[in-house]
Amino acid sequence: MLTGLRADAITAGYHPRHPVVTDYSLTVHPGQTAGLAGPSGSGKSTVARVLALLHKPFAGTVHLDDVPVTRYRGRAPREQRTRIGILFQQPRLSVDPRMTLRTAIAEPLRANGRPVDRVDELADLVMLTPELLGRRPHEVSDGQLQRACLARALALRPAYLICDEMTTMLDASTTAALVAVIRDYQRRTGAGVLAISHDTALLDRWADRVVRLDHRATRPG
Amino acid sequence: MTELVLDHVSVRFTVPGATVSAVNDVSLRVRPGECVALVGESGCGKSVLAHALLGFLPGNAQTSGTATLTGDGPPLDLLSTSDRVLATTVRGRRIGLIPQSPAAHLTPVRTARAQLEEAVRVHHPADNAPREHAYRVAARAGLSPADLDRYPHELSGGMAQRVANALALVGDPWLLIADEPTTGLDPHLVDGLIEEFRRMVDDDRAVLLITHDLAAAQRVADRIAVMYAGRVVEVGPAGRVLDTPRHHYSRGLVDALPDRAFTPVPGQPPLLTDLPPGCSFAPRCGHAAAVCAVTPALTDDTHAVACHVPC
Repeated sequence: MLTGLRADAITAGYHPRHPVVTDYSLTVHPGQTAGLAGPSGSGKSTVARVLALLHKPFAGTVHLDDVPVTRYRGRAPREQRTRIGILFQQPRLSVDPRMTLRTAIAEPLRANGRPVDRVDELADLVMLTPELLGRRPHEVSDGQLQRACLARALALRPAYLICDEMTTMLDASTTAALVAVIRDYQRRTGAGVLAISHDTALLDRWADRVVRLDHRATRPG
Repeated sequence: MTELVLDHVSVRFTVPGATVSAVNDVSLRVRPGECVALVGESGCGKSVLAHALLGFLPGNAQTSGTATLTGDGPPLDLLSTSDRVLATTVRGRRIGLIPQSPAAHLTPVRTARAQLEEAVRVHHPADNAPREHAYRVAARAGLSPADLDRYPHELSGGMAQRVANALALVGDPWLLIADEPTTGLDPHLVDGLIEEFRRMVDDDRAVLLITHDLAAAQRVADRIAVMYAGRVVEVGPAGRVLDTPRHHYSRGLVDALPDRAFTPVPGQPPLLTDLPPGCSFAPRCGHAAAVCAVTPALTDDTHAVACHVPC
């Protein structure tokens, strides 16, 4: 049962005496897109990492469909970890340069012992041609690489997808195309999406509701 | 008069088993007092063109055509000038570059201050107060003195961008080439950057803005050149290109904006190793006709288009 990905009063950062976000709450509802806006340095990416279970908060709790998360990163239980997908700003830093796009897209399937026969279907979903799947990251554009990252993020059919400045490096047409893919996935699966961007025109169009994160945020989202 | 005239510039790379046609037959003029934006999707050849103008192409690149920089002495063809001449008279002095991903272009083992002061000493050897000069340039770019004590890995993306902007402007270049300078910047920093560009333009200098961000181009550019698969397919006054585009690709890009239709251009750009004959956009174009099998030439008017069946 999907009830939401919820951060309750989290305080998180990289040094306990200087948290980046303090007492912050935010819920990603199933089937909806929450937009998170704010200037650089305001803690948007920290919130994204906490909600993706990649960063343990100093205080506060994350609930995944009403189940509290107690362990983070590699220690998070597989069934929790694989329910959340994440996309980062720079696709180039997010893909092992030695992998072909085909290998990169198949990686989550392989790591979880699932059959890797869905790669072509996933590639088709993000409109990557078979010819591109044989290439390595340096042989494709940022837009094509981000398409591969989206295919990889959707490989395990996550219930929640976190897009951390996913479109910053992309042109308008690729942005519109990837957002359309995500919306379509959301319609089919009822997934919840957190869209993080400093582009308010994009969030106004994409998200069902937009919350702002300001420096040393303490307001509930 | 100082100006930069690109005349039928092409850049090809030889890679094992293929030739990459990154820039194809681009003619463009940049005049004093104007900001020209070169827009197009990633991989369309925009950055390669910028690198060609500064002599930064790798050894497997071949260029043809000319890129003539006039003013301050005899005309100089940037594509055939030696690296030594470019390094000592052009880079940073007549043409400044704000590189893409600025954090990756800063020396990781030296502070921002050390790098900025070095640029001041090189470009203004007679200045006996390089530190104060560096402060002034940094302040104009929106940096505080304390920011300058940081190493590149301690800078946020926006701060690294401002350091790169400051570095590019130290030598008071006539032309500033800015490669995706607004990527990842907060709106108020974009505003500051655009003001800086306007100041340069009002001072009769020029800016060549390379970007995929049409909204940024719209705010600062006097003219917009739309590039597709290495070719300039449309060039004209910014307002007209955005409001009444003549090329179907430009129309598609404008329609993809989130505050417009938010619909992508159908299909994918062609591989630069395997460009279709004739108009490169024809396979994605809903208006393609038999005549599109012949490469359309760019027209010769103020709002030029390279299309047989323009909008």
